[in-house]
Amino acid sequence: MNSTEAADTLGARFENSIISTVNFRNEISIKIKLEQSFEILSYCKEKLNFDYLVDITAVDNLGNDPRYEVVYEIYSYQNGCHLRLKTGVIESDREAISVVDLWPTANWHEREAYDMLGVTFKGHPDMRRILMWEGYPYYPLRKDFPLAGKASEMPDVAFSESVPLNGGPFVTSPCSASTDKREPRSREIIS
Amino acid sequence: MPKNTAPVAYDSKIEGNVTFTKLDAAINWMRSNSLWPMPMGLACCGIELMATGASRFDISRFGMEVMRFSPRQSDVMIVAGTVTYKMALAVKRIYDQMVEPKWVIAMGACASSGGMYRSYAVLQGIDQLLPVDVYISGCPPRPEALLEGLMKLQNKIETEQSFVEQKKALLSKIK
Ligand code: SF4
Repeated sequence: MNSTEAADTLGARFENSIISTVNFRNEISIKIKLEQSFEILSYCKEKLNFDYLVDITAVDNLGNDPRYEVVYEIYSYQNGCHLRLKTGVIESDREAISVVDLWPTANWHEREAYDMLGVTFKGHPDMRRILMWEGYPYYPLRKDFPLAGKASEMPDVAFSESVPLNGGPFVTSPCSASTDKREPRSREIIS
Repeated sequence: MPKNTAPVAYDSKIEGNVTFTKLDAAINWMRSNSLWPMPMGLACCGIELMATGASRFDISRFGMEVMRFSPRQSDVMIVAGTVTYKMALAVKRIYDQMVEPKWVIAMGACASSGGMYRSYAVLQGIDQLLPVDVYISGCPPRPEALLEGLMKLQNKIETEQSFVEQKKALLSKIK
């Protein structure tokens, strides 16, 4: 079985729970409904032999609805094929469904997604921050969080400050212009 | 011979081994030639710090090889690497546990200024929390640069006037 066959099987089995299937250069991304996400992922693991969870991450599509998207990258060592599943999480819930029961490695991935974007996972045994300290009040990978960071204070634990972005941020803008346009040494700060 | 002066004489056996110097100079000489580093390796610079301690670069040529992983036994903290906000107060706590006199070396761009991490998670230079004596540039600095930094620190220690200052402080208390 390869990725395409796996996607077809899923499409036939969960017709009503699959929103779209996209094939981009032989990478298949399937958008699924949040409510059935556990069921579908469980089917992938048990029946389609996707025995390896590569990663779970989340994306903040600020301005869209649903705002967040949780992405599952799964791989089958038995069949040597890869599949990407995505599910939308709305701003008011901010809760996805944990897959720790399927792949124990999901534990830390889900904690990281929670730490960086504030999306929680229902059924997770230990929903704590993993990189930032307990008590840090922000979710730094959200689109509305400033690149320079924000000041915070937790006495005796940690503090943070917003950094001077003198001349920065030195980030790439997606466009077809030449490198010096795409990645200038400095750029106007738009605040 | 003037009348009121007593004759001065050394025991001729030790006479040849006596050196006159200032107390400060003697103390500084001893301190600067037995620096015990506290390796605060926090990121990639820590690897270069380890290389400095290894045989090829041989840090012990300068009397600094006794790396101690206990702050209570060391007198120069080498902050080698990225200091995140999560780690920052822990570094300060370790520094506070070191006994005086103590010095700090900021090794590499990250420890000196936050380096390339203009980020929500990284302290923009350990000098915001600790008094840094020597900054070493580089990302990472080569072991030679670290040795040079340590020798700079030795030169700095040699100019210290701790005894004179202690004496001044003592006298001002008495007054
Ligand atoms: S200065 Fe460079 S090598 Fe050193 S810790 Fe920072 S990133 Fe790593």
